[in-house]
Amino acid sequence: MEQAPPDLERQWQPAPLEPLGHTDAGLQAAVGEEAEGSRDEVPGDGTEHALGLGVLMTENNFGLKKIEISVSEAEKRTGRNAMNMQETYTAYLIETRSVEHTDGQSVLTDSLWRRYSEFELLRNYLLVYYPHIVVPPLPEKRAEFVWHKLSADNMDPDFVERRRIGLENFLLRVASHPILCRDKIFYLFLTQEGNWKETVNETGFQLKADSRLKALNATFRVKNPDKRFTELKHYSDELQSVISHLLRVRARVADRLYGVYKVHGNYGRVFSEWSAIEKEMGDGLQSAGHHMDVYASSIDDILEDEEHYADQLKEYLFYAEALRAVCRKHELMQYDLEMAAQDLASKKQQCEELATGTVRTFSLKGMTTKLFGQETPEQREARIKVLEEQINEGEQQLKSKNLEGREFVKNAWADIERFKEQKNHDLKEALISYAVMQISMCKKGIQVWTNAKECFSKM
Amino acid sequence: MEGERLASPARSSGLPAGGAGGESPGVDAPLLGSSGSSTLLQAEVLDLDEDEDDLEVFSKDASLMDMNSFSPMMPTSPLSMINQIKFEDEPDLKDLFITVDEPESHVTTIETFITYRIITKTSRGEFDSSEFEVRRRYQDFLWLKGKLEEAHPTLIIPPLPEKFIVKGMVERFNDDFIETRRKALHKFLNRIADHPTLTFNEDFKVFLTAQAWELSSHKKQGPGLLSRMGQTVRAVALSMRGVKSRPEEFMEMNNFIEVFSQKINLIDKISQRIYKEEREYSDEMREYGPIHILWSASEEDLVDTLKGIASCIDKCSKATEKRMSGLSEALLPVVHEYVLYSEMLMGVMKRRDQIQAELDSKVEALTYKKADTDLLTEEIGKLEDKVECANNALKADWERWRHNMQNDIKSAFTDMAEENIQYYEQCLATWESFLASQTDLHLEETSEDKPESH
Repeated sequence: MEQAPPDLERQWQPAPLEPLGHTDAGLQAAVGEEAEGSRDEVPGDGTEHALGLGVLMTENNFGLKKIEISVSEAEKRTGRNAMNMQETYTAYLIETRSVEHTDGQSVLTDSLWRRYSEFELLRNYLLVYYPHIVVPPLPEKRAEFVWHKLSADNMDPDFVERRRIGLENFLLRVASHPILCRDKIFYLFLTQEGNWKETVNETGFQLKADSRLKALNATFRVKNPDKRFTELKHYSDELQSVISHLLRVRARVADRLYGVYKVHGNYGRVFSEWSAIEKEMGDGLQSAGHHMDVYASSIDDILEDEEHYADQLKEYLFYAEALRAVCRKHELMQYDLEMAAQDLASKKQQCEELATGTVRTFSLKGMTTKLFGQETPEQREARIKVLEEQINEGEQQLKSKNLEGREFVKNAWADIERFKEQKNHDLKEALISYAVMQISMCKKGIQVWTNAKECFSKM
Repeated sequence: MEGERLASPARSSGLPAGGAGGESPGVDAPLLGSSGSSTLLQAEVLDLDEDEDDLEVFSKDASLMDMNSFSPMMPTSPLSMINQIKFEDEPDLKDLFITVDEPESHVTTIETFITYRIITKTSRGEFDSSEFEVRRRYQDFLWLKGKLEEAHPTLIIPPLPEKFIVKGMVERFNDDFIETRRKALHKFLNRIADHPTLTFNEDFKVFLTAQAWELSSHKKQGPGLLSRMGQTVRAVALSMRGVKSRPEEFMEMNNFIEVFSQKINLIDKISQRIYKEEREYSDEMREYGPIHILWSASEEDLVDTLKGIASCIDKCSKATEKRMSGLSEALLPVVHEYVLYSEMLMGVMKRRDQIQAELDSKVEALTYKKADTDLLTEEIGKLEDKVECANNALKADWERWRHNMQNDIKSAFTDMAEENIQYYEQCLATWESFLASQTDLHLEETSEDKPESH
């Protein structure tokens, strides 16, 4: 496991441990800048066990420490699940190192094992508590966009390896997010092995989660969502659709390319057998055959590199869903606001009608009054009083919902801007790395065929 | 020497029949003379008229033919063949130039068939003229091959393309099939022309020069069908004997042929498979590129990068197409011809064994004094000569064939390697230029945004 030398420029100043959601504006700026920088080292450069820097909070307000996080190993385990049935799963080792500011040495501070479901739990928690944040996605649960060589089996070592890298990437994304990195549950995820699940569940976040039905309802019925969110929703749909398409076709291209290279390998074997009966041609055939073998086997590394590229695109495929989640939250809040405003308006109207005695709108009370007789003035007074209280409350609530809504929009949009920058940077880098891969493949091809040609011409 | 232009049968093409109107031919002198290769030909043989019209017609025809698809080894026209001599180390002086082109469909009530135009240019005395143009169909080629095998049972006769190709054929006469066959027939005739013995075969001459009716009547001569069948039966019976008493060198030869046949068949399959895989790869690439363009529509900041990648992918896809066509011209026909050659070789071995067996059976008869000793001894004498001739002919031809095979295979694979090198070089240039453009842009951008950053 290699460690990247701590880059002084990318070290940032962690803030002291704060309750959830509270940030120091001054630090925010500094932290935000650095956040972009620390993305550079993460997967896509093809090295295994890539380390990155993430900021973390410590209880210690003085010794500013930098933390390095890595998911360094994966291990197959068997255990008993909730239903007391035997199951096999993979556990991942998360290691945290703190880097001393002065001498740059790193010391292993924490190391614990987590399985995929725990990562999911962490993410779900973050989604509930930070609805205005575009929460980084997890790597895929099951292998998709497979081409024939890749196994769709979750236990396949290549899949596990790529998932390990994906999980590390997830942690680094969270750790480098100016707001998410300060979360205590996240900190405990990295440091407290036992009991963490209970701690998360104790927050009661599952109860706070918005019901799917509610959210769906809001999406359909909201009248005046912020246009930017509507556009963002469309954008994320397009992004998802185009990246899926790209990944599907890329998988097919990879399959075909694999075929071309591998069939050439057959030449190697046949040339070798043929060379046995040839006197003058024998040597040339034999050595040319060897180069054909080299050519055929070179595709394995080439396609493995491309798989990393595909993973980078996949991350943004999954980010599309995170974007949509933020939009949904906005729609829900906006719908809530609209409903509250509507409710308030109707109550005000009722109050007015009761006061003036005119009935303009239908009400059950009005109906029953007609059927069973008018109410007494005392009864009417009482009702007006109740309504007036409700109206007061309603107005307060509306005010605070309005405020909440605007805060949400402001914060969400700030994070979306941050996300956009990150996305543009990352995707561009990925696309360029794709070009670099192609160049490397071409160079290898030229070399092999030049060698082969020489052998052929000497036959 | 007066040239005779033979009329060709009615064609459906719109080209003016060169010389069909009975104009005097004799284009050769200016053509041959102008390329300065008169030293290679016997000047006194040439006594031809200069005829500008024929020259033009011929050039016009030449330009209409698809010249590009041939490798340097196979010039498409007598003219280019003449030029070819100057650059090749051809030990034999070429004086017979043949082209096969212009496939045409003929529909009769009974059948539909294709004829090919065969143009022969020669300076040989035994030919009545210096230029001939005839039309032949596949059947005629089969006949020629049969006659050559009959006359020279232990010479390695060049192979003919297959009668049918069962796999993947939709209709008998699709364009690719016809073109492939035409090239193979061209090769067939030229190989015969290059062969030191076969080139002087009488049936070959008739094939190249006779008019349609002359050919038919010529075909009717020779052993009848029944007698030929009888020969075949005897041949099969005898060939089994021949295997046992095969001399050492022919055992080696046989062994080589068996292994070679196996390997070349495999190589043929592998090469065809590669072609297929490359075709499918190219198809997928053509779908892959445009997706990036689609994506660029929703990404303002990535438009250049995405469009750049799409363009690179398209260029690489085109380069793959080029690589494929190189493969199908340089490698596939050569490999396939040697697949057919290997079958041919097995036939040659059988025939040699047969001849040997004839001798052996007579010798056996003599040993057991089964028949008239004097007659037998005389027959044996003749057969011994026959066997010796056959063996020597085969040995010599075998060396020649091995040598040619080596050159052909070497050349074909070297070309294939070159195609691949060019393919990768083209793709490399494309991607490198894209990368350069991106890096330049990036430097520009970063220098604008953060002037103080390190």
